[in-house]
Amino acid sequence: MVKVKLWGSLRTLADGNEYVEVEASNFKQLLDQLSTKYPALKPQIKRGVSLALDGVIYREAWFTEISDENEIVLMPYMVGG
Amino acid sequence: MALDTSNKREFKVVGTRVQRPDGIDKVTGKAMYGADVTAPGMLIGRILRSPHAHARIVSLDTSAAEALKGVKAVVTTADLSTPEDDYFADIRDNCLAREKVLYDGHAVAAVAATNKHVAKEALKLIKVEYEILSHVTDVDEAMKADAPIVQEGRADESVHEGWSQNVTSHFEFGHGDLEAGFAKADKIVERTFKTAATHQGYIEPHACLASLGTDGRGELWCCTQGQFLVRTKCAEILGIEASQLRVTASEIGGGFGGKTTVFIEPVALALSRKAGRPVKLVMSREEVFRASGPTVSSSIDVKIGMTKDGRITAGQAKLRYQGGAFPNGTVEFGSQAAFAAYDLEAVQTLGWNVMTNRPKEISYRAPGAPMAIYAVESVVDELCQELSLDPLETRLKNAARKGTLSSYGPTFNDIGLVATLEAAKTHPHYSAPLGKNQGRGLSCGFWFNFGGNTCVSLNLNSDGTVGVVEGNPDIGGSRASISMMAAEELGIPYEKVRTVITDTNSLGYNDVTDGSRVTFAVGLATIEAARAAIKIMCSRVAKIWGIDEEAVVWEDGCAKPSGPNAGEFPPMTIAEIAAIADNTGGPIAGHHEVNADGAGVSFGVHIVDTEVDPETGATKILRYTVFQDAGKAVHPDYVEGQMQGGAVQGIGWALNEEYIYGEDGRLQNPGFLDYRIPVASDLPPIDTVILEIPNPGHPYGVRGVGETSIVPPLAAISNAVSRATGVRMTELPMSPPKLLKAMSER
Repeated sequence: MVKVKLWGSLRTLADGNEYVEVEASNFKQLLDQLSTKYPALKPQIKRGVSLALDGVIYREAWFTEISDENEIVLMPYMVGG
Repeated sequence: MALDTSNKREFKVVGTRVQRPDGIDKVTGKAMYGADVTAPGMLIGRILRSPHAHARIVSLDTSAAEALKGVKAVVTTADLSTPEDDYFADIRDNCLAREKVLYDGHAVAAVAATNKHVAKEALKLIKVEYEILSHVTDVDEAMKADAPIVQEGRADESVHEGWSQNVTSHFEFGHGDLEAGFAKADKIVERTFKTAATHQGYIEPHACLASLGTDGRGELWCCTQGQFLVRTKCAEILGIEASQLRVTASEIGGGFGGKTTVFIEPVALALSRKAGRPVKLVMSREEVFRASGPTVSSSIDVKIGMTKDGRITAGQAKLRYQGGAFPNGTVEFGSQAAFAAYDLEAVQTLGWNVMTNRPKEISYRAPGAPMAIYAVESVVDELCQELSLDPLETRLKNAARKGTLSSYGPTFNDIGLVATLEAAKTHPHYSAPLGKNQGRGLSCGFWFNFGGNTCVSLNLNSDGTVGVVEGNPDIGGSRASISMMAAEELGIPYEKVRTVITDTNSLGYNDVTDGSRVTFAVGLATIEAARAAIKIMCSRVAKIWGIDEEAVVWEDGCAKPSGPNAGEFPPMTIAEIAAIADNTGGPIAGHHEVNADGAGVSFGVHIVDTEVDPETGATKILRYTVFQDAGKAVHPDYVEGQMQGGAVQGIGWALNEEYIYGEDGRLQNPGFLDYRIPVASDLPPIDTVILEIPNPGHPYGVRGVGETSIVPPLAAISNAVSRATGVRMTELPMSPPKLLKAMSER
């Protein structure tokens, strides 16, 4: 199981949890599991999210490997100018 | 791809100040910008724009315009397709209004004619009947329950019941116990700030030449920060296949985020498809102001608590950003960036994205961050003033560092904020004496940076020179940096490499030039492409020498035998290998495609001295120094240019630039006479201090530098003005009338 931190306004869509746990070994599995376990998160995940893995921000990269030893944070999809 | 630490590199090309490849073309007028392209039989396009801030289109009659001699096509939204995705539908509706006009300047129809005079005349013949609706242009007004509704039903699932329909999304970030944090404070300051919408102010207006057949096959030349993005958007809006539309990016006269979408390109393509001839469409400066994308305007509440010795105990910010007439996604970045420079036990940011009857905002360097950090850094500075603390020492005491739980969620790993603050502290600027009516301000800044989708080809020419083909328009010196990294990896002189930016049919997909990503991500892909070419060259040489590939190494632009059993062979230069490539297996090239990650966040610190004229309220920038962690500076001139350019744009934002709307909801200052950007005579030399803390996510340690520098100036200047005048300004710009009024009310 990996532990994922949600940003504040997502917590109401995930039963009020700041952290949620899902069975996943890469980002794609993580996002799929989040959508299944917490359907209310699905619209935001579909619009796009970034993931921070041990402080490094990834915008896509479905097959990035993760484990229960990583710090994983869900973030809005990054844009720039 | 991690920092290459296996064999500590002594750079030979990277880090030097080589001649820029585009300089002569630009200063001699030879460079081809968006409006410089022509085609046989070309028509001239013009766009009819709404004079109203908000109105329903009751009827639209284009028959008289179509009948005018010389008019070859008139298009409206009916000539565009119907994308299923709201994202594309919004872009389409911003290009040509559907049912309602949503802001002053919103495009309604367009004509293509044999010359500009006929096109202009034709616009007058288009009859539009409007039902004028009430409008709203201020973010706080737009959030009120009884505000005019810009668009209905656009809120996402984060928006609470009962909020104005103009609120489209809501964000919250943070951690810790705010109440307990504020209870520990000796002093709490709460302030509300407002910042005006500003424009990127690029010199070159949007321009394109479009040629599209009824069979869906077309060509588009345009000034853009991303030709692949233009292709995707235009294909969706025109209902054509991406493979059939080739988009070529021109030389670009500035972008700063403002050319990361389409405004006129789908319209020009629709006109061309209808007319059966190429169509050129160029925005006037007035159109750029009224109908391209400025940044958001904001209204922000900040509350920060601090102990007497300068430790921040808690911080909270509530950020309200209006992004024009369509849903936007900017406040989440301000909300994440607001407190990023600080190591806080308790922090919370709340953000609301809001629609108003203004043009749809588009990115502007570090979108959303400058105004958020302006508000936070102003309050930190005020606390330092109230508690008689040194502002730089206070920031050092609270600075985020490795291991800090960031205010937006992740724990920081290696970051350069403390090193940047230390550099500022020891710089002579920080202790230089000040005169009467003068003040010194400072601010930290932060931006995320990212990598993204990137595809590069590197081709070895028969004379041993090298061509690099990449897909990101050069808005800040990337061609030089990419050539330098290719030369470095290949071990050849910079002058032997030429980098070109190619069209959408000649290379795989590349993300837009944004997010300070190009030198990082394209550089990374270029290094890998060079390594792939080197592998091929070593393989060819191994065959020539009759030894194993592993026994050939690449050093100083040559293949050399290596190891005890390799034998004795004279090195083969890249030119010698290229000359016989036909005989050894054919063309030699390297290619690499990647979705690059590991860009690494960036911090900067700015110090500024200002003098305020007590008679006029005018602020003069006396001295300015930028400190920034740039990772490895590939071409220091360009890095300094990015740092200086961001500072200058921030100076304009702080002191003069603003979108001014009248009671009628119309933009009052759509031109550079009334929208005042800084010019050379307004500015002192901007000093720069580059800190080269290697980014562990790049083989050479490169970090993006293009955006962070616009973040600190707003607060740094406001803090300097406060110390010069004794007045804490809470609205930007601090134009002379506003500052004079505030000073008179002291």
